[in-house]
Amino acid sequence: MAENTYLIRGAAILGGEAQDLLIHDGVIAARGTDLSEEGATVIDGKGLVALPGMVDVHTHLREPGREDAETVETGTRAAALGGFTAVHAMANSNPVADTAGVVEQVHSLGRASGWVDVRPVGAVTVGLAGEQLAELGAMADSRAQVRMFSDDGMCVHDPVLMRRALEYVKAFDGVVAQHAQEPRLTAGAQMNEGTVSAVLGLTGWPAVAEESIIARDVLLTQHVGSRLHVCHVSTAGSVEIVRWAKARGINVTAEVTPHHLLLTDELVRSYDPVYKVNPPLRTDADVQALREGLADGTIDVIGTDHAPHPSEHKECEWAQAAMGMTGLETALSVVQETMIETGLMTWADFARVTSFTPAAIGRVADQGRPLEVGEPANVILVDPAARWTVDPHKMATMGRNSPFKGRELPGSVVATFFKGHPTVLDGRLNTPYKHPAVSSN
Amino acid sequence: MKHLLSTENLVASDAIRILDTAEEMSAVGDREVKKLPALRGRTVVNLFFEDSTRTRISFEAAAKRLSADVINFAAKGSSVSKGESLKDTAQTLAAMGADAVVIRHWASGAPHRLAATDWIDAAVINAGDGTHEHPTQALLDAFTMRRHWSKLSGVASTGADLKGMRVAIAGDVLHSRVARSNVWLLKTLGAEVTLVAPPTLLPIGVEHWPCKVSYNLDETLEAGIDAMMMLRVQGERMNASFFPSTREYSRRWGFDDARLKALDDLGMKDTIIMHPGPMNRGLEISSAAADSPRSTVLAQVRNGVSVRMAALYLLLSGDTREAAPLNTVTPAFASPSSKESN
Repeated sequence: MAENTYLIRGAAILGGEAQDLLIHDGVIAARGTDLSEEGATVIDGKGLVALPGMVDVHTHLREPGREDAETVETGTRAAALGGFTAVHAMANSNPVADTAGVVEQVHSLGRASGWVDVRPVGAVTVGLAGEQLAELGAMADSRAQVRMFSDDGMCVHDPVLMRRALEYVKAFDGVVAQHAQEPRLTAGAQMNEGTVSAVLGLTGWPAVAEESIIARDVLLTQHVGSRLHVCHVSTAGSVEIVRWAKARGINVTAEVTPHHLLLTDELVRSYDPVYKVNPPLRTDADVQALREGLADGTIDVIGTDHAPHPSEHKECEWAQAAMGMTGLETALSVVQETMIETGLMTWADFARVTSFTPAAIGRVADQGRPLEVGEPANVILVDPAARWTVDPHKMATMGRNSPFKGRELPGSVVATFFKGHPTVLDGRLNTPYKHPAVSSN
Repeated sequence: MKHLLSTENLVASDAIRILDTAEEMSAVGDREVKKLPALRGRTVVNLFFEDSTRTRISFEAAAKRLSADVINFAAKGSSVSKGESLKDTAQTLAAMGADAVVIRHWASGAPHRLAATDWIDAAVINAGDGTHEHPTQALLDAFTMRRHWSKLSGVASTGADLKGMRVAIAGDVLHSRVARSNVWLLKTLGAEVTLVAPPTLLPIGVEHWPCKVSYNLDETLEAGIDAMMMLRVQGERMNASFFPSTREYSRRWGFDDARLKALDDLGMKDTIIMHPGPMNRGLEISSAAADSPRSTVLAQVRNGVSVRMAALYLLLSGDTREAAPLNTVTPAFASPSSKESN
C-alpha cells in the first residue's frame, strides 16, 4: 500500500490555501486538512506550492537521429526534473516524424522511459519540405494519437498548403502549430534585425518576417474555421496581431518561450552562440510586450522550445553555430522570475499557462487537470523561496547550451508526481513510472 | 593591452597612441634598412579564412619589419577546408606557440570568439570580420586623414586628432566592415561623419549611429567635405535588388568625373579622395578621381604597414604583453569584461 500512497502535508494548492493531498493508485484520493497518514509515505509540503504537472507544447527530444544531442530518455529526465509530466516532441527528427511509424516509435520510447507522457508532434509536410501534406490522418489514428502538427524549424510558408493543412486537421480535432518565419525575409538571418545587428554586422531577422506570417495565418484560420497555434511568439507586433485575432473570435492560441521573457539581443554583442536561437532574442520592448501578453491571456502558454545541441555546434563562429537553447530544467524558474516575482501573475496563472491550457491545446488526456479528488495525480511541488545558480553540467539534458548559465534563478522543483508515481523527490530523479505491460493506449 | 578587435570600444587616447606609434614606425619605412628588432623571436600568424592578399601582405610586411617570425595560414586549401573547426585551428596555433594571431574571417565576430574563449592565449588582431569591423583599416584611414588635416592646420601630426574634419563615406554601408570601423573611430577622434548610400545599403538601426545619413551624394558635397571615402560596391548586389543596375548606382552614388569637377567648382581645393581598395573603377569611383592628385589611395596602402606595425608592437612588445614599455594604459583594446563573461 505504502508503495503507491503519498501524503503531501500542507502544501499551498496553486499558491493558495495550504492543504493536504493524498495520492493513491495514480489519482488524487483526498484533499483537505489533517488527512490520515496511515499507510502513506509522508512528504512535508510546508512552504511549498502544489501545482499540476507542467505540459510542454514545444520540446525537441532529437530522437530518432540525433542521439548525440538528446534522447527521449535524457530529455524526459530533464523534463521531470523541470516539473513536467508531459512534453510534445517536435517532428524535426531524422527521419522526420511525418509517418505513423515514426510517431509511434517516439511514443513507445516515451512509454519505455516512463518519466513523462511523450506526445509526438506530427510534421505538417513530408520531410518538413513544405511541399506536400504528410499523412496527418494516419498519425492521428496511430497509437500516438497525434493532435498537434508542426513543421517547427521550418515555416509552412506556402499559403495554399497552410490553408489545406488547417482545413484537413479539422477532421480529427487537430491543430496546426506554425513556426512563423517568412523564409525570403530571413535568408541567412543570424539575429534580431535592429540597432544591435547593425553594429555587429550580423544579418538581421526582422520582426515583420514573423508578424506577416501570423497575420496571414489567423486570417486563413478564420476563413476555414480551424484551429491555429503559433509557436514561440517573439515580438511586440506578434502579440498585437494575436490580440486582434482573438478579439475577432479567431481560434488561435500562442506560446512564448521562457528565454524570450527574459533575454534580449544585447547579449549577442558577446558573439557567444549560446545566445543564438530561432526566433532570435529580441529587444527589451518586445520582452515587456510578451510578458504583458502572457499576463493578459493574449499569449496562452509557455513552450520551452528546449533545443539541445552537441557542444561542437556551439563552440564555433556565430554564423556557423546551431540555433537553439535548452530550457526544460530552467522554465519554471525563469517564469517565476519574469512573471510571478514581477507581480504580473499568480501561481494559479502559472498553472494555467504551463499545464491547463497546454494540455487543452494538445488534447492531452489526463494532463492539465485540477488538483481535485479523483483527478489523475500529475502533481508537482515547488519551493518558491529557493534560489540556485544555473550550471549546465549538472543538468539531465545532454545539451550544455543553456543561456542562463551562471545566472541565479528563483524557485526549484522539489517533487514531480507522474500518474501518482514520484519521478522526482527532494529535487532529484527518483524512478520512472512503469507503464502497465499491456498497452491500454 | 591584449587584443585589437574593434574600434567601437577604442577610446581616443588609445587611438591616438596607436597613430602616434605609427608615425614612429613610418620613419622606419623611410630608412635604408627598414627593420626594427622589436619583435625578434615572436611569432605572428596570419590566419586568413577569406582571401585578402592586400591585407595579408600588409600585415606580413609589418611583422617582418619588426623582425617577428611570420606564418601565413590560408584556410582555403588547408585542414580548415576539410572541416576543421575554428577551435581546433586556434588550439593548433596555440600549441605551436603563436604570440599573435592576425585573423581575417568571413564570419562577423570570429576574432571575438578567439579572444573570449580559452582556445588560444595569443593576442588577437582583427584583420576584418564579416560585415562587422576592420579596425586596422580604419586606423590607417585615420592616420592618412590626420596627416592631411594636421598639415592644413599647420600642426604636427603626432598627438593630434581630427576635430572638425568633415568626412563623407559613400557606398555599401550595409555590408561594409570598413564603414563601421571608420564611423566609430572617426567619431572618437572628433571628425563629423556623413554616410551616403542608397537606403537599401544602409542597415536598419543606422539612425542610432553617431553620424549623419544622406541618400544624396551631390547635396553632401555641396554642404562641404574635407575627405570623401568611397566604399567598394559589388556589382552582384544588383541581383539581390539592392539597386536596379550598376549604371544607376554609379550615376547616383559613384564618385564620377562630374563630382570630381564639382569639388573644384565648389572651391574645395583641399578635399581628399579615399578608397580602401580594391577599387571598381567606373562603378563607385572614376579613373580620373582615383588617379587625381586628391587621391590618397596609395598613401593609404603605405600607411597601412605603419599602422599595423604599431598595432603589433603595442600588443607584443616588452617582456609580457601587459607590461609593454610604450603602452601603459590601453584597456580598451580588449573587449570589455561584460562581453567575455557570458
